[in-house]
Amino acid sequence: MSVPSVPAVPGVRTRARRGSRAAGRREQPPAGVSRTAGYFFVALYVVLLLALGIAPVVYAIYLALSSSGGFGANFSDAFNDYRFLPAFEHVLEFIALWLVSQTILVVALVLMLHSLARRVGAVFRFLFYIPGALAGAASVIVWLFMLDPTASPFAFILHWLGYAQFDNTIAPGNLPAIFAIMAFWTGAGGWIVVMYGALNNIPHELLEAAEIDGSNAFQTAFRIKLPLIRKWVVYMLVLAFAGGTQLFVEPTVLGSAALGVGISKYWSPNQLGWFLASQYDEFNEAAAISIVLLAFGLIVAAILVWRGRLFEVE
Amino acid sequence: MALPRRHAIRFVGLVILLFFTAFFFVPIIWLLLAPTKTDGQLLTESPFAFGSLSTLAHTFHRIVTYSGDSLLIWLKNSAIYSFGGTAVAILAAIPAGYGLALTEFIGRRTLLGITLVVMIMPATALVLPLFLEMNAIGLVGTIWSLILPFGFFPFGVYLAYIYFSSTIPKDLLAAARIDGAKEWGVFRYIAVPLARPIIGLVGFFAFVASWNNFFLPFVMTYDNSQYPLQIGLQQLIGSTASFNPANYSAGSSVVVLHRPDLAMAVIIAIAPVVIVFLFAQRTLVKGMLAGATKG
Repeated sequence: MSVPSVPAVPGVRTRARRGSRAAGRREQPPAGVSRTAGYFFVALYVVLLLALGIAPVVYAIYLALSSSGGFGANFSDAFNDYRFLPAFEHVLEFIALWLVSQTILVVALVLMLHSLARRVGAVFRFLFYIPGALAGAASVIVWLFMLDPTASPFAFILHWLGYAQFDNTIAPGNLPAIFAIMAFWTGAGGWIVVMYGALNNIPHELLEAAEIDGSNAFQTAFRIKLPLIRKWVVYMLVLAFAGGTQLFVEPTVLGSAALGVGISKYWSPNQLGWFLASQYDEFNEAAAISIVLLAFGLIVAAILVWRGRLFEVE
Repeated sequence: MALPRRHAIRFVGLVILLFFTAFFFVPIIWLLLAPTKTDGQLLTESPFAFGSLSTLAHTFHRIVTYSGDSLLIWLKNSAIYSFGGTAVAILAAIPAGYGLALTEFIGRRTLLGITLVVMIMPATALVLPLFLEMNAIGLVGTIWSLILPFGFFPFGVYLAYIYFSSTIPKDLLAAARIDGAKEWGVFRYIAVPLARPIIGLVGFFAFVASWNNFFLPFVMTYDNSQYPLQIGLQQLIGSTASFNPANYSAGSSVVVLHRPDLAMAVIIAIAPVVIVFLFAQRTLVKGMLAGATKG
C-alpha cells in the first residue's frame, strides 16, 4: 500500500461519538440477550484477526528472536547492516519534508476554503480530493510523467530549476522531496475534506459573535478555527509519521524507471526487509526489520487510541 | 485605506488557491489527454492539446493487446482478488460490528480495543510478517494469500460497530427478543435489512483498499499470470522506451511501449475505482453520516 492515504471517513469518528456515548450508558445487556450469541457473530472476524493480524506478528517476533548467534543477534545484524541506517535516514528525511509541508499547506488551504462561499469551496475540495483515487503505482506513474522535463506540463518549472532530462530530476538527492510531493498530492485532499467538515461543526453564533466583537478574518481563523481543528492536525501528523516509515511503493515503482538513476532496491527500510528476504533468504533479519517498523506503527496507534481521545467509543 | 488592503489579501488568496488547483488537477487533465496523442506529439504540442480520437483508439488497442493481452489478465486478477477480499470483509465485518455493538460477551471491550489499534496501524506494517507466515505455510502464490488478508478489515468492523450502536433503535431489538426471536433471527430479519448503507460503505472501502494495494501482491505473486493491475503497471514502466531506453537497442524485436500507452494503462487501472466512487457517492455520504444524525 502506498503512503497512508487518508481514510475518507475519520469524520465519522468524531461525529459518531455522540451516538456511541449513548451506547456507553448501557451497562447491562438488554433483556433477553443471550450471552453466548455474541461469540457467534464475531467468530469469523476473530479467526481472521488471529490468523492474519496476530499470528504473523507473533511469527515475525519468533523469527527475529531465534538465531544461532544468541538472543537479539538478528536485530544487531540488522542494525549493523550497512544498508540499514541509510534506509532509515532516507525515510526520516522524506517524513520531515512531507509532514512540515503537508501540515502548513493543508491547514492554510482549509482555512482559506472555509472563508469562501460554500459552493465555491465545495468545487475546490472536490478538485483537491480527486488525486486520492490514484493510489499506489498509478500515482507514481503520473508523477514520473510530471517530472519528465521533455513531456511534463510543469516543464517550465523543471527547466527553471535546471533539470533538462528525466534523470536530472530524479537525482538521488531529490528523492525524499519527490516522494513528499507524491504523498501530498494523493493524500492532502482527503485531509482537507475531513478538516473542512470539522470546521463546519463550529456553531454559527460563535463566528457571528467574533465578527461583532470586531475580530477580522485572520483573527477568527487563528484564534477560533485553528484550535478547533488542532486535534485533526495532530491525528494527521501521527498517522503520517507511522505510515511514512513504511514507505515502499514509491521507491519501488520509481526504481522501475531505471534510466541509470541511483535508486537502490533497499532505499527504504521496508524495501531492505524485502530485499533481504527475497534475495538472500535472510528471513530472520527481515523479520527483525519488520518488527522495528511494526513497533513504530503499534506505538503510534496505541498512543492515539488510549491518549488521543479521538476514539471515545465507550 | 482598509478596502484596497482587503482586496489585495483576497487577490493573494485567490492566486494561492489557483496555484494549488493547478497542482492537484493539471496532472489529471494531462493524464486524460495523453492517450489521444502520439509520443512525438506529447513532446511538441501543448500539454493540454487534444490529439485525435483515432490516435486514442490506436493507443487503446496497443495497450490492451500488448504482450498477449497482459492487461486483461491483470484486470481479471485484480477483480478476483478485490471482489474476493471484499466479500470476505463484508461477511466478517457486518456480523462482528453487530456483535460488538448490540450483544454482550466476555472480552468484548478487549476485542474492540484491539480492533482500534490494528485499524490505525499502517496496513503496510503487516506485509512482511504476512509474507513470512504465508511462506511458512506454503500459501505464497495462491489467491488466498491475497483474498484472506484483504478480507481482514478492522476498519470495516469499526464502521459497522458505529453504525449498529447508533442507528438501530434498541427498543426494536428488545421487542423482537421479547417476542422470542432468536439472536440470529434478530440479526437476519431486523439488523441486516436496516444495514444496507453500511454494507455498501464497508464494501466500498474494502474494494478500494484491495484494488489499490501494491505491496502485498508485490510479495505474494510470482508471475504475469498472477499479477494484479498495480503490479502490472510497474511491469509496463520497464517496457516503456522513454523510461528505460537501455532495454531497447536499435533493431530490437521487443514491442516497445510509449508514454501515451502507459498513460492509457493507468486510466484503465483507476477507472473502476473512479466509477464506483462517482456512482456510489450519494450512498457513501449517507452511510458516512448515518452514525452522526441519530444517536
